[in-house]
Amino acid sequence: MTTHYLVLSALLFVIGGVGVLVRRNAIVVFMCVELMLNACNLAFVTFARQNGNLDGQIIAFFVMIVAAAEVVIGLAIIVTIFRTRRSASVDDVNLLKY
Amino acid sequence: MNGTIPAPTIEYALLAPMLVVFGAAIIGVLVEAFAPRYLRSSIHKPLTLLSLAGAFVITIWQARTGIPTKPSAMGAVAVDGPALFIWGTILVLAFVSVLLINDEGHFVASASAVPGSAEEERALSEGAMHTEVYPLVLFAVGGMLLFPAANDLLAMFVALEVMSLPLYLLCGLARRRRLLSQEAAVKYFLLGAFSSAFFLYGTALLYGYAGSVDLAKIGAALGTVGGQDTLLYIGAAMLGVGLLFKIGAAPFQAWKPDVYQGSPTPITALMASGTLVAAFGALLRVFWVALGGLQWSWTPIMWGVAILTMLVGAVLAITQTDIKRMLAYSSIAHGGFLLIGVIALGDQQQNASALSALLFYLVAYGFTTVGAFAVVTTVRDAGGEAWHLSRWAGLGKRRPLVATVFALFLLAFAGIPLTSGFFGKYAVFQAAVDAGATPLVVVGVVSSAIAAFFYVRVIVLMFFNDPAADGPSVVIPRGTWAVGAVAVLATVVLGVFPQPVLDLAHTAAQSLFVR
Repeated sequence: MTTHYLVLSALLFVIGGVGVLVRRNAIVVFMCVELMLNACNLAFVTFARQNGNLDGQIIAFFVMIVAAAEVVIGLAIIVTIFRTRRSASVDDVNLLKY
Repeated sequence: MNGTIPAPTIEYALLAPMLVVFGAAIIGVLVEAFAPRYLRSSIHKPLTLLSLAGAFVITIWQARTGIPTKPSAMGAVAVDGPALFIWGTILVLAFVSVLLINDEGHFVASASAVPGSAEEERALSEGAMHTEVYPLVLFAVGGMLLFPAANDLLAMFVALEVMSLPLYLLCGLARRRRLLSQEAAVKYFLLGAFSSAFFLYGTALLYGYAGSVDLAKIGAALGTVGGQDTLLYIGAAMLGVGLLFKIGAAPFQAWKPDVYQGSPTPITALMASGTLVAAFGALLRVFWVALGGLQWSWTPIMWGVAILTMLVGAVLAITQTDIKRMLAYSSIAHGGFLLIGVIALGDQQQNASALSALLFYLVAYGFTTVGAFAVVTTVRDAGGEAWHLSRWAGLGKRRPLVATVFALFLLAFAGIPLTSGFFGKYAVFQAAVDAGATPLVVVGVVSSAIAAFFYVRVIVLMFFNDPAADGPSVVIPRGTWAVGAVAVLATVVLGVFPQPVLDLAHTAAQSLFVR
């Protein structure tokens, strides 16, 4: 049965989404986004099995590449702001508001 | 199963504009790697401008030789009338933005140096500059070209990321007020990555529903697949969240003021024009081609989003004291006006007229917004651009020309007749009335009136207040001058004599999106 995998994927996605909303450290927030992308991958592979075609599996590869590129950019941005402020907390980036 | 994979056919000629831009971006990366530092800038500038101009010429040539009636590249990319029109628009806007980027003093000397450190001092005194900006801009523009032309959700996701990732970096590269700039980059990145995860999960659910990520196949599956409605509705909603985030529609608008304020102003100009145009192209394609059969389910929600976006943009803009934030809220409100056009679909004829209205609006708004941000770069204090509105007081008395040009752009934003904004709004509202969305048009007109209040307030501030003794100076480098001239020309010509562009938009929209 593929349903279990879909339930797991939805759980992972929700855990990631809640993590993005409640965690303070930018690195952890970013990890939660990556968790969401991996939940998507699991869903794609499961649906590929369910639909009986390979599209989903191939899409999972594309997503991995994109996620890797996103890590490069994200860590560069987070490290830069950490060096400036000595803090990676998303609560501290509060100069721009209203 | 004979173990061989048939080779795909790719119509390279049709994809040429994108290939030229991506090719130039890759050459730009090689220049960064191999050319000596003192040569880089003088290679990048012509390379970037020529590739954008070349891609534009190819786009025009394609539009003249006949618009393809079926998707290219094995169904991954649809080079149809609307796509070609959007490509032309994005390429011109990107060209103009690059002219703005060319002028000195917008980008940080060394992004890795901590602000205020000795390392930064050294980089500044050596006159170092980040020429990586040019390839990054080209990659972003390439993504913008692919995004509205993508005919399946995978290509669209990849385009979304190719467009966004360079922009996240570019946001953090402002030369002055670097803390704000870095903060804008962090916010844009985290929220952008969050929203693209939603887009991707929506894609996964629609793939599970339809067995394909091809937009046309999803559209065809709408009536035929039974018992999987949960997948369909949640998938469509998540896809919508990802796309509406890029447009900055309420309630996903929170990033826009922060990012527009913190970014280097030329990059803000590129984002406010190019990204918006590309994102609307993609939104239209998804909601009209793939989810057109679901129209009765998503239009009520889109009504709410459009109303909220217009009102939030217009009302919050009133309270702003920062010129860039004010323009950002104005951009949110304009996103709402454009969403009215997305909802105004009906039969074939109605769709074509709504689409052509949207295309015209995008051109008109794109030029005006690039021009407005170009003017923002010219008014400078000792510490950089004079962002606070009070610094703009009396500008009309000290520099009448600059103030007049800015007033023209503000009037175009407000949609005053004889400017391009009037015909844009008129065409979209007309299409919406024809589609029976009159209440939306009423809200649109009301929020236009609210918005007109703060545009006029800035004009009054510039012309009827006395300038401060230590007022900001106005510096107009050559590139910015050219950008301002082009934007003024476009705003006036499209406002007085809009017929050629309206006709062009009409022709482009006639065939609608290919399936």
